[in-house]
Amino acid sequence: MQFRTIQRIIGLLLMVFSVIMLPSIMMAWWLQEATLKAFLIAFVLVMAGGFLFWLPVRNARNDLRVRDGFIIVVSFWLVLTCVGSLPLYLSPLPALSFTDAFFESMSALTTTGATVITGLDRLPKSILWYRQELQWLGGMGIIVLAVAVLPMLGIGGMQLYRAETPGPMKDSKLTPRIKETAKALWYIYLGLTIVCALAYKIAGMTTFDAISHSFSTIAIGGFSTHDLSIGYFNSPTIEMIAVVFMLLAGVNFSLHFIAWRNLSLVGYVRDSEFKAYITILSVVAAITILYLYFSKTFLNLGDAAHHGLFQAVSIGTTTGFTTAAYFHWPGFLPVLLLFISFIGGSAGSTGGGMKVIRCLLVFKQGVREISRLIHPNAQISVKINHKAMPDRVTEAVWGFFAIYVGSFTIMMLVLLATGLDQVTAFSAVAACLNNLGPGLGEVGYHYADINDTAKWVLSLAMLLGRLEIFTLLVLLTPAFWRR
Amino acid sequence: MKIVILGAGQVGMSVARNLSGEDNDITMVDTNETLLKDLQDRYDIQTVAGIASHPGVLFSAGVKDADMLIAVTDSDEVNMVACQIAYTLYHTPIKIARLRSRDYHRHPEIFGAKAIPVDVLISPEQLVTTYIHRLIEQPGALQVLEFAGGRIQLVAVRAAKGSPLVGHELSDLRQHMPGVETRVAAIFRQGESILPKGDTVIAADDEVFFLAAPKHIRAVTSELRALDKPVKRVMIAGGGNIGHLLAKSLEGDYQVKIIERDAAIARHLSETLNKAIVLLGDAADEELLAEENIENTDVFCALTNDEEANILSSMLAKRMGARKVMSLINRPSYVDLVQSETIDVAISPQQTTIGSLLTHVRRGDVVVVHSLRRGAAEAIEAVAHGDKSTSKVVGRSIDEIKLPPGTTIAALVRGEDVIIAHHDTVIEAEDHVILFLVDKRYIKDVEHLFQVGLTFF
Repeated sequence: MQFRTIQRIIGLLLMVFSVIMLPSIMMAWWLQEATLKAFLIAFVLVMAGGFLFWLPVRNARNDLRVRDGFIIVVSFWLVLTCVGSLPLYLSPLPALSFTDAFFESMSALTTTGATVITGLDRLPKSILWYRQELQWLGGMGIIVLAVAVLPMLGIGGMQLYRAETPGPMKDSKLTPRIKETAKALWYIYLGLTIVCALAYKIAGMTTFDAISHSFSTIAIGGFSTHDLSIGYFNSPTIEMIAVVFMLLAGVNFSLHFIAWRNLSLVGYVRDSEFKAYITILSVVAAITILYLYFSKTFLNLGDAAHHGLFQAVSIGTTTGFTTAAYFHWPGFLPVLLLFISFIGGSAGSTGGGMKVIRCLLVFKQGVREISRLIHPNAQISVKINHKAMPDRVTEAVWGFFAIYVGSFTIMMLVLLATGLDQVTAFSAVAACLNNLGPGLGEVGYHYADINDTAKWVLSLAMLLGRLEIFTLLVLLTPAFWRR
Repeated sequence: MKIVILGAGQVGMSVARNLSGEDNDITMVDTNETLLKDLQDRYDIQTVAGIASHPGVLFSAGVKDADMLIAVTDSDEVNMVACQIAYTLYHTPIKIARLRSRDYHRHPEIFGAKAIPVDVLISPEQLVTTYIHRLIEQPGALQVLEFAGGRIQLVAVRAAKGSPLVGHELSDLRQHMPGVETRVAAIFRQGESILPKGDTVIAADDEVFFLAAPKHIRAVTSELRALDKPVKRVMIAGGGNIGHLLAKSLEGDYQVKIIERDAAIARHLSETLNKAIVLLGDAADEELLAEENIENTDVFCALTNDEEANILSSMLAKRMGARKVMSLINRPSYVDLVQSETIDVAISPQQTTIGSLLTHVRRGDVVVVHSLRRGAAEAIEAVAHGDKSTSKVVGRSIDEIKLPPGTTIAALVRGEDVIIAHHDTVIEAEDHVILFLVDKRYIKDVEHLFQVGLTFF
């Protein structure tokens, strides 16, 4: 393993990362906020730390191998979460313990949106901005950003890219060169964010709120600058804008890329995953709306419609914005929504969960087994976009599925052991592993009241979910470290 | 530059490897998906699986925006059809096709915009054959490369202990040979490049690259190593495409023996070759070699498709007394293993071929590119255009040109004259400039030198 090269890259990335504190520093200085000192200290620490890390090995330039990619991605996410939590920890307001700051930072970077902070409306603007910015950077993936803007990664970029991008088929590049692919993804990401911010602004948000919320909408994060989340604005227009952009951000970005390059929408309509994604969300939204109406939770159909639609899309794409206390909704609705978050966004989007394409493959595999019982001699292949999928992909999906469920079970048992009740433990693990955010029971509004052990376990769950489990788990196998 | 390569064979892969490191967008098309996946892991390229001549496959490979199509699949016909389709559908500017069959090469009129639109034909077998032929003509050379239509040659020689120039400064060369114009372009000592200056001292075992007119090559070579006797007897192992072509081109001037294992092929060889002796048997058969006087053979060339067999039979021939052995080796790592220790000259077909492709990739008016030392170094013949105000080279003496590190201007060809470059030589418009780069990372800077400023147009 090329530890010197790894160290060099991490040092560089740290120095680059320190720059993202500058907007908050300026904001704190401009608004004379008490957080200025915290941000300055954090900035200097990260910059100097990265520099000291980089300095002794600045000339190490070996090509990265597959294993190095895993180490860089995982260690960078961990290091980044730690240094990302510094301003939150140092800042006098909110007064967070290190555990809480780490949890909040992890939740931001993995675009989960679970928060331990209450009283958001009274917090300094710089801290609020910082949380949103972290979430935005984590959405497309900071390594993908690094591949796009830093020329140093070269061929090794593919290893990193693959370790960070979600979805079962990671080899599809949009352009011949990885750097251009990463750039294209970020352009789309940035473009969507700008349009979203403009839409929010026109719909009546303040500029600060509009930009902040566009960050967490397109990143499918779910952080808000208000305790009541999107519900604070109490405006169906804003909710519908959020719905549209959450839907867009949950679509595979390569579809956006193709549509943008060919200037046509045909790509979307022909894509199996996109169709499944829209179908699933529409059905769930319809069920939610009807059930809300008939159970008389909302008395008029219009209210039921916009709350139901918003909540179905927000949870289904794993964003986690709320307009109403969905966890108090009657009957099976909260659990239905939580289950839908397991499906999550599309591969190659900013959404979490297991990804639509994987569920689609597993479902088609199930259908294939049924057909085989009916026609024992039939040759049946699982097809996506009218193309047969190699069995290797289906196998990988099954492996993923098994480990996802396995990790879920173990973490839920650990949470139960720390004394959480069943509903809370179940929903907290689901919400964190799927990068959703708000859960049920004790963790419906926020995560501040659960114990520290649970917070560490949930932080792990968030990282597992964001890096799609294998990238992280592979580091824990002895075979990986054997030379 | 956007380049689509059809066929992930030896040539396709080495082109991809060479070009992907150089800021080109490469897309590779092949039918073998496992191979493609492996390639994508190793190099920063895009891959498309499918049959290379199908329009749909070409479309998904992005031929639409491609600047160059390199068709190097196994099949001549697929290569031609692919070029035709790329031209008809997308008007791809540069289309290069590999055609193995000699028959196609005999009729250049079938390639053109009205017939089969292939801009450049390459035939690796022909290139390799010519390459070996030149090596046999210049005994003692490791590599012989031509510039300016053969008016000047670049020769690599391993300096031997006890030869006149070893232990002396380069500037002595001129005193040793007053009438001979030559210039040392680069020296490689234990794999590291040394920029040659007047006071550079040549050590034994240095690999020296020098430029000179063909008639002076022998004189210069003799300064660096005891001159080998001219070659008379050549033995070729393997009667495949290259072996056959080589035997054919050599049989007029040399005594050629060619060994082929396959009876049918051997028979075919004997029917088409006039003077060469065709032997049916195994090139690694000691008895056969002894019987055919291997100890009196001047050059033994192992040219079968099996590189391991080539290495082993060459080693055997060397031990049995062949004066010089050459072996066809595809894998770059093998070349390093055996060259100079066990085998005198390792011939790498890809490296010979890639130069002719690089000529078309380089920006600026580049006539010839030779890829050297596994692609790390390059020798380029470029034409200087423009005048003093638009060009960075024209009207300037070599001293005044800001050359990137590791680059030397070795010679100029002005009309029919070959001018060996000195520090005060002034470059004129339309001169062919021959440069040597020891580090390909600076290729961009060299390209910039020869691009004419906008005011020229």
